[in-house]
Amino acid sequence: MKTAAQPPSSAQASFPSGCFTVDPCGEIIASTLPHTFPSAHVRRIAEQVLQTFRAAQEAQLLLNELQIHYPALKLTARNLRGGAIIFVAPHSQA
Amino acid sequence: MPARPKILLLDDDPDVLELYAELLSRLPSQPEIRRASSGGSAIAMLAAEPFSLLLCDVKMPNMDGLQVLATVRRRFPNLRTAVLTVLTNEQIRMRAYAMGLDLYLEKPRTAPEIRIFLDCVESLLGQELRESFHQVQSKNLLDMIQLECLSQGSQVLKVHCGNQSGSIWLQNGEIIDAAIADLKGKNAFQRIVSWKTSTFEILPDEPSHPRAIFDSYQALLQESVRELEEGWNPVEAGGASSASLPAPRSLADLAALNGVEFALRLAPDKAEPVECCALENPQPVAGWMRQTMNQFGALGAAMQAGGLQRVDGFGLQRHVVVAVRDKDLLGVGFHRNMSRAQMVAIMNTLIAQLPQ
Repeated sequence: MKTAAQPPSSAQASFPSGCFTVDPCGEIIASTLPHTFPSAHVRRIAEQVLQTFRAAQEAQLLLNELQIHYPALKLTARNLRGGAIIFVAPHSQA
Repeated sequence: MPARPKILLLDDDPDVLELYAELLSRLPSQPEIRRASSGGSAIAMLAAEPFSLLLCDVKMPNMDGLQVLATVRRRFPNLRTAVLTVLTNEQIRMRAYAMGLDLYLEKPRTAPEIRIFLDCVESLLGQELRESFHQVQSKNLLDMIQLECLSQGSQVLKVHCGNQSGSIWLQNGEIIDAAIADLKGKNAFQRIVSWKTSTFEILPDEPSHPRAIFDSYQALLQESVRELEEGWNPVEAGGASSASLPAPRSLADLAALNGVEFALRLAPDKAEPVECCALENPQPVAGWMRQTMNQFGALGAAMQAGGLQRVDGFGLQRHVVVAVRDKDLLGVGFHRNMSRAQMVAIMNTLIAQLPQ
């Protein structure tokens, strides 16, 4: 893992702005992200967010929102009864 | 609910159990009668199968009737409850009703009293569950503490809120101490009563527990109610902001701040021990933090988003922030009233100033 206040570097990708919803089974229901954003990333983000909400519940941390901060990207996920709505924002908008 | 009501009789005296089982079996609704001779076995039976009514004695060894009622009211909120006792103490009656009891009955001695007793039980069995006033009667933690103080009780209240738990010691109607993990005294008391959603159980008195709170219970409760009604603000309450946060020399310094509920420092590697403050059992939270940071770290690498900096979790009970700091992870649980800006400010100060 890297240090906290790491600035974006040239090796970092650029990210679009948009959101998508995922059901409790991990199926993507709707998305406003451009098609250029890899669907594998969308699925992996969704899977990770759902797993994190579930693991939090098991640890008795009842969370309804997550914000994940990277130098180039901010993800905001809100729990929707087992599913989630996830906002993707590039660093400049984060 | 079954068509034929089921009554659980709880009394430590087998003769009393036999007598009331016989009396109750004659009710027009022909209830099925089950018997328990201790609070523990009664709760186990209630957990195992549905009952219409719990009829229990007050005075019993180990776990008395009021302790059973407190547990039952929390775990089985729709169950009808009645106390059957020879005690006519008004304070006990008041405490029992405050817990949401349906009926407080004196043990009948004469034939007319037996008829009245049976009518009362039959009437209770016939009432619609939807009319139950348990929800209205259910008391919050402050009400419960006040009632215990008024009745000059001596016991320990164990309070649970998510993954945190705290204890409040009462002796002869005075609040003498409170603790959440290593936070003690008045600060711990104020924090426990500020928990938005909590459940509690009553444990036996600990007469040898040393006194650490010397304020009267009235003053403590008034102060707590005022803070809850005014909407507790950690900054106004002397809590942390970016400008006022002193350099924390340890996690304990941090956890002592208003608005901070617990703090952990851990390595991403599972084998490393967890440094923790104000959490009784840090392992589940530490496990969640490690897993979350490792997996989102890997996700960031796969997407070329840069190294993971921080994960913020927001909840109704509390907020949790985990940040990467060199080779360690720092995790802090915040009071739900903390603003996002305050939490970020604290985390930044912590990352910059906490000694390695």
